[in-house]
Amino acid sequence: MFRLEARTSTPAWFNLALPLLAIGATLVLCSGLIALAGAGVFEAYGVMLSASFGDSYAITETLVRAAPMIFTGLAVAVAFRAKFWNIGAEGQLLAGAVASCFVGAIPMPGALAMLLMALAGAAAGAAVALVPATLRVKFKVDDVVSSLLLNSVIYYALMALIEGPWKDSFSGYPISPPIEDSANFPVLLEGTRLHLGVVAALIAAPLVWFLIVRTTLGFRIRVTGESPEAARYGGIHVERVLISTALLSGALAGLAGVGEVGGVHFQVMSDISPGYGYSGIVVAMLARLNPLGVVPAAIFLAAVMTGAEAMSRATGVPAFLSDVIQGTALLAMLVALLFTAYRIRRVGAAS
Amino acid sequence: MSAPLIEMRGITKSFGAVKANEGVDLSVAPGEILGLLGENGAGKTTLMNVLFGAYAPDAGEILVQGKPVWITSSADALAAGIGMVHQHFHLAPRLTVLENLLIGIPGKSGRIDRGGGLARLSDISRQHGLTLDPNLPVSALSVGEQQRLEIVKALFRGARLLILDEPTAVLAPSEVDGLFSALRSMAAQGLGIIFISHKLNEVRALTHRCTVLRHGRVAGRVDHPANTTSAAMAQLMCGHEIVPPARGPSTPGVAVLTLDGISTSRHSGTPLRYVSLSVRAGEILGIAGVSGNGQKALAEVISGTRVPDAGRMTIAGKAVMRFSPREVQALGLGRIPEDRMTTGLVTNLPLADSMVLPRIGTAAFSRKGLLKPDAIRAFAEEQIKAYDIRCPGPMTRAGALSGGNLQKALLARELAFDPKVLIVSQPTRGLDIGAARFIHEKFLDMRAKGCGIIVIGEDLEELLVLCDRIAVMYEGRIAGTLDSTDATIARLGLLMTGAEGHS
Ligand SMILES: Nc1ncnc2c1ncn2[C@@H]1O[C@H](COP(=O)(O)OP(=O)(O)OP(=O)(O)O)[C@@H](O)[C@H]1O
Ligand SMILES: [Mg+2]
Repeated sequence: MFRLEARTSTPAWFNLALPLLAIGATLVLCSGLIALAGAGVFEAYGVMLSASFGDSYAITETLVRAAPMIFTGLAVAVAFRAKFWNIGAEGQLLAGAVASCFVGAIPMPGALAMLLMALAGAAAGAAVALVPATLRVKFKVDDVVSSLLLNSVIYYALMALIEGPWKDSFSGYPISPPIEDSANFPVLLEGTRLHLGVVAALIAAPLVWFLIVRTTLGFRIRVTGESPEAARYGGIHVERVLISTALLSGALAGLAGVGEVGGVHFQVMSDISPGYGYSGIVVAMLARLNPLGVVPAAIFLAAVMTGAEAMSRATGVPAFLSDVIQGTALLAMLVALLFTAYRIRRVGAAS
Repeated sequence: MSAPLIEMRGITKSFGAVKANEGVDLSVAPGEILGLLGENGAGKTTLMNVLFGAYAPDAGEILVQGKPVWITSSADALAAGIGMVHQHFHLAPRLTVLENLLIGIPGKSGRIDRGGGLARLSDISRQHGLTLDPNLPVSALSVGEQQRLEIVKALFRGARLLILDEPTAVLAPSEVDGLFSALRSMAAQGLGIIFISHKLNEVRALTHRCTVLRHGRVAGRVDHPANTTSAAMAQLMCGHEIVPPARGPSTPGVAVLTLDGISTSRHSGTPLRYVSLSVRAGEILGIAGVSGNGQKALAEVISGTRVPDAGRMTIAGKAVMRFSPREVQALGLGRIPEDRMTTGLVTNLPLADSMVLPRIGTAAFSRKGLLKPDAIRAFAEEQIKAYDIRCPGPMTRAGALSGGNLQKALLARELAFDPKVLIVSQPTRGLDIGAARFIHEKFLDMRAKGCGIIVIGEDLEELLVLCDRIAVMYEGRIAGTLDSTDATIARLGLLMTGAEGHS
């Protein structure tokens, strides 16, 4: 017989061990599906690995995919630290994409355009996140529900835009007009898609880490998340902290959209995000809400996504496996988190 | 004496390097009330958790009516006739009293047997004077009633041994009498009871026998607690004598805190009605009263967590305008909240964070929005040393500290800034006498240094030892104020019931 027993402290190495454990468990669990699809497990994972990390081009592709998830992962990590349950990174990303695309389509010098795109995208994301935060602070509306439902609102508003007034008259497809060429983010490595936004994402992670760990705002976010009562007693304006957190979180998610418009698609279409906002939740949980951990976690998920497509082509296993892996990884991580609070003890017969 | 109802033999339980229990023997006979004593961290709760199946012991055995049993869960414990009332209740707040009783009790053919439950409830209530309205939701019950429900729940499940972990820490003195008569009535029917408390006079009044733990081992047993002095029991617990602190004569100075006609709205709990009082430098003012007579609102207004509707307040001669924590702190007020775990500290973060929390925005710990991690750490380390706070270090999770050490940490974080006035609620609740003694000494030191202290408390004996004056609250008003020279328990008690009195 085994039983769970509460533990009083969590060893530091758990921060690394738990995500690895979760990922390991995920790969084992998903190998069953691969086998069911009639492919060799090692062969399939081998294809995934080489397609995502096999050569320098593959690595840059993985990083390009990781960039938006670094931003949404940071957005979720920051929000969850304050226990502001932002499930709306997806909608905030889309809002950021639309706003930056609007700005990018206006002719102006390239550097200025990129700066304004980033500002507009961040502002749009922040504005969207402000809605559930305000509803929660003012009317005690559950932020999980409101931020989640807002995703659909934003998505269909975007669809209405690109099907209607914003439809690209040139192509006739339901896509927005492209941004100016001068506003396209510079590519850093000839022959790849590694763009400026990827570097921005990699820089954002340590900045957010610094903000959380080393600033008074970060301190207030952490304390508010862990104990709003103690925070209030200690003189922290809990409502103000929640609003600030939402703005920051929304802005980060908005930047994910900016990167996709400026560096990858150069316009807005309905499938500009294959759920990067939701993946951000998985990323943040795998990172245990540590902004520095967000980077490897996002790269892992990006590798799964790129790898799954290649695997599908090579072995015939449907690329949907990538979604299964993501979902399983989240569940595995949630189960693994149990071990931070409990330890397993063996209960034998009386000695 | 009859054969023991339960017997624990050689129980050992370690948490990592900490030996919480080491070779502990304990037994309870039917009809016996056993007191379990010991300093904070002596291992009382751990021992009871082993008995109740929450922890598996590393060694030792448990016998129920002479037969060895293996208890690995609370279900096993209940099956063996052992019930426990934890310090933190385990009730479903949205369900009614009756529904809470029926949780997990199989009825006939999968249906809940409400009628049968109701009959048993009224049976138990009548026998022991534990009245409860079966249809009230738990969220509407007072703490005392919730405790009553926990006791009834244990009896409902057929407990023959009832464990109560510091039941009186959450009760007003008047509720304690009710609890004691219920416990005596249960013992008279042959139930065994294990009673944990830090209040030695309660232990002497109630129990038939005591087992005293020190550092996880049995330090001694007391066969006739009623015939023993509290001092002798304290010595057994701590291993040395505890002398009550001596309060020298006071030479109060100017008023450092004044309240003038403070009233609050009925927001939560009893509102304040035209409360006026003042605390002078070098004086300790006690606020007595049955809990729920406005003490909570008073503490909140003074601490800056509630804005009064009317009235004026000054700290060190300056008017308080915004009634925010930051403002009252900046004016020189130190604050120690009633609820250490939820309002005082952030249990899941390092202790250092909790120690700087109220002053994180000040120059001591941050500059232009950037934290000063070295200063924060140094401050925490310094206070840990100065107050002998037992913990591995400033990065320990605050929640891992024992009650006494938590209180020391809270005291340290306020006293480090030399407050002109200090407000504390229930300063020694749940603390052992040694720790309480330490806290009292610190208050007297502060008083000697000219700090004005306001102590809100329910323990009249403590207030009488500590305070120069005692004000009594009744229905949101100050019913009267007595000088320590005229104050007696009887006179305070009279004021507490609302009898007219004047200061
Ligand atoms: N789950 C746990 N993990 C690690 N250590 C623990 C745990 N529970 C208790 N301890 C430690 O075991 C010792 C005994 O703790 P216990 O809670 O039993 O003391 P206690 O006598 O009930 O004290 P108090 O009077 O403060 O309630 C303490 O040193 C405590 O820190
Ligand atoms: Mg205890």
